[in-house]
Amino acid sequence: MSDTLVAAKPDMRFEQMMEKLKPARVAQVLVLPAIGILLFGLLWQFSASRIETSLGEFPGPVQVWEQLRGLGQEHVKAREKAAAFYQRQEDRNAKKLAADPEATVKWRKYTGKPTFIDQVFTSLLTVTVGFLIANLFAIPIGILCGLSSGVYKAVNPLIQLFKPVSPLAWLPLVTMVVSATYSVEDPLFDKAFLNSAITVALCCLWPTLINTTVGVASIDRDLVNVSRVMALSPLVHVRKIVIPAAIPMIFTGLRLSLATGWMVLIAAEMLAQNPGLGKFVWDEFQNGSSDSLGRIMVAVLVIGLVGFMLDKLMLTLQRKVSWDKQAVLR
Amino acid sequence: MSMTYLDITGVGIEFDTNGSKFRALQNVNLKMDKGEFISLIGHSGCGKSTVLNIVAGLYQATEGGVVLEGREVTEPGPDRAVVFQNHSLMPWLSVYENVALAVNQVFRRSKTRAERRDWVEHNLRLVNMEHALDKLPGEISGGMKQRVGIARCLAMQPRVLLMDEPFGALDALTRAQLQDSLMKIQAELGNTVMMITHDVDEAVLLSDRIVMMSNGPAATIGEILPVTLERPRDRLALAEDPRFVHLRQQVLEFLYAKQAPAQPARDSTGVCESLAGGEKLDSAPRLVSATGNEAPVKAGEPGDSGSEAA
Repeated sequence: MSDTLVAAKPDMRFEQMMEKLKPARVAQVLVLPAIGILLFGLLWQFSASRIETSLGEFPGPVQVWEQLRGLGQEHVKAREKAAAFYQRQEDRNAKKLAADPEATVKWRKYTGKPTFIDQVFTSLLTVTVGFLIANLFAIPIGILCGLSSGVYKAVNPLIQLFKPVSPLAWLPLVTMVVSATYSVEDPLFDKAFLNSAITVALCCLWPTLINTTVGVASIDRDLVNVSRVMALSPLVHVRKIVIPAAIPMIFTGLRLSLATGWMVLIAAEMLAQNPGLGKFVWDEFQNGSSDSLGRIMVAVLVIGLVGFMLDKLMLTLQRKVSWDKQAVLR
Repeated sequence: MSMTYLDITGVGIEFDTNGSKFRALQNVNLKMDKGEFISLIGHSGCGKSTVLNIVAGLYQATEGGVVLEGREVTEPGPDRAVVFQNHSLMPWLSVYENVALAVNQVFRRSKTRAERRDWVEHNLRLVNMEHALDKLPGEISGGMKQRVGIARCLAMQPRVLLMDEPFGALDALTRAQLQDSLMKIQAELGNTVMMITHDVDEAVLLSDRIVMMSNGPAATIGEILPVTLERPRDRLALAEDPRFVHLRQQVLEFLYAKQAPAQPARDSTGVCESLAGGEKLDSAPRLVSATGNEAPVKAGEPGDSGSEAA
């Protein structure tokens, strides 16, 4: 029986491949989105050329593409400069040590302006840290709320109260608290970085918390009864029954959280002056050169693209973790 | 005083539904001997499941109580394993892991790792499921799932095996196969079993005694019918056996003459757990098959087959 199964697999795969290559499917997967993007590009170009701002004409797709390339080249140049700096420093110190082995040499970090690509990575790091902090609290509290209606009743008013609060309202408070409590020599994290990460965490706590609660509370009664009959300990119950059952809802929450966090981050970075995409946008706005609008537009598109990729990443992770491989995820 | 194995004494239960009290059971008394197989039969909403849940410890009786081997039942536990109607396997655990979850819990101190592994496999062999150890519940049929559910309960070595309409969601042929399997296992292990059923044939075929319940509210035990047919029982031979036919007749008479089915008017007051037609007794179509025609295919129950697929 296993032989037939093995033999059947390649055929299935081939058929699935052919299925994907059918003209109707190709049209759906490639042609239709391409038409959408093309139409949008035309509309953009058409309307951009009619908008005159104090910084010149509103950038169309072509100008934005040029800015994107410019930003890429800047990054390459900055890297070369940094490499040259470190090379010079090494040579200098080596010379110094050769002359006098006892000499104290200084190693300095290159302090050039962060490029656009550096900013993207800083933003990604910030949102990741904020997201992790949030879920460290949100998932366990959500599980507790789902398991016990008492805990839920105690926590729910707080959720309802804090859920709608904008990150911009939290930021000044977070900033003051961080600068009051986080004062160590040679800090591991920049204060501005912590400010934005914590603000992100405060805002992306809620979707995971609420969805986890709902997911845990709506576990099939029969499964809970089976667990009671087996007299499973609370920890085993949570590990073997509650978490697997609630995984789809937890992931729904996580995806919403990450999307919220990414959205909030840009605003937080603008205000906190944390190096990142938000600061990039703000600096370009303040800068006011003829390239600024094009560069901001690049940032807008990159923000969108990164958000989209983050969501895809979570979806892939969910596929990996979820037990139900047949479930349709979108 | 001689000690009964399982003693249900004066059990009654009241549910709070939106502030108003609803009395589901009143003065239920039943004694079971070790190794006895008892079926509970009655119309929908008569509280059969409630009795079983009280014995399981999932519900607390308002008055009266259940004593098992001299100890009062206060909470659920593996010594009163329950086979639920919808198999209730964890869909994320394989067949093996589902049974192992129970075994690791019950025997985590008394058996070594290797012994537990053997015990899981032994119980799956009992229900003829040893070929599907690594399959997920979603990959096997409804009947197979229920077999695994039974193996999981047997593996806990319960003092009483409680079965809540275990075969209700299965088609007639699968159901017959599982009944035969259950009879074989029962003959081998001598478990004490309390089973809820809607199926008159099933009750007569499997039980030592059939406990017939009156209609709710405040339902109680109406009559108890001893089934003295010798074991092993063979369904084909029994189908024409006048004693079997007579026993069936007696159960049907209780259900349809003495305890006429609940009227829809009463259902709508929320007294019964399901509306007429949602769940029905299987006996009517079988009356035809009792004439000798071996075609006991029961009318489809859309609700049930749906829940099996899920």
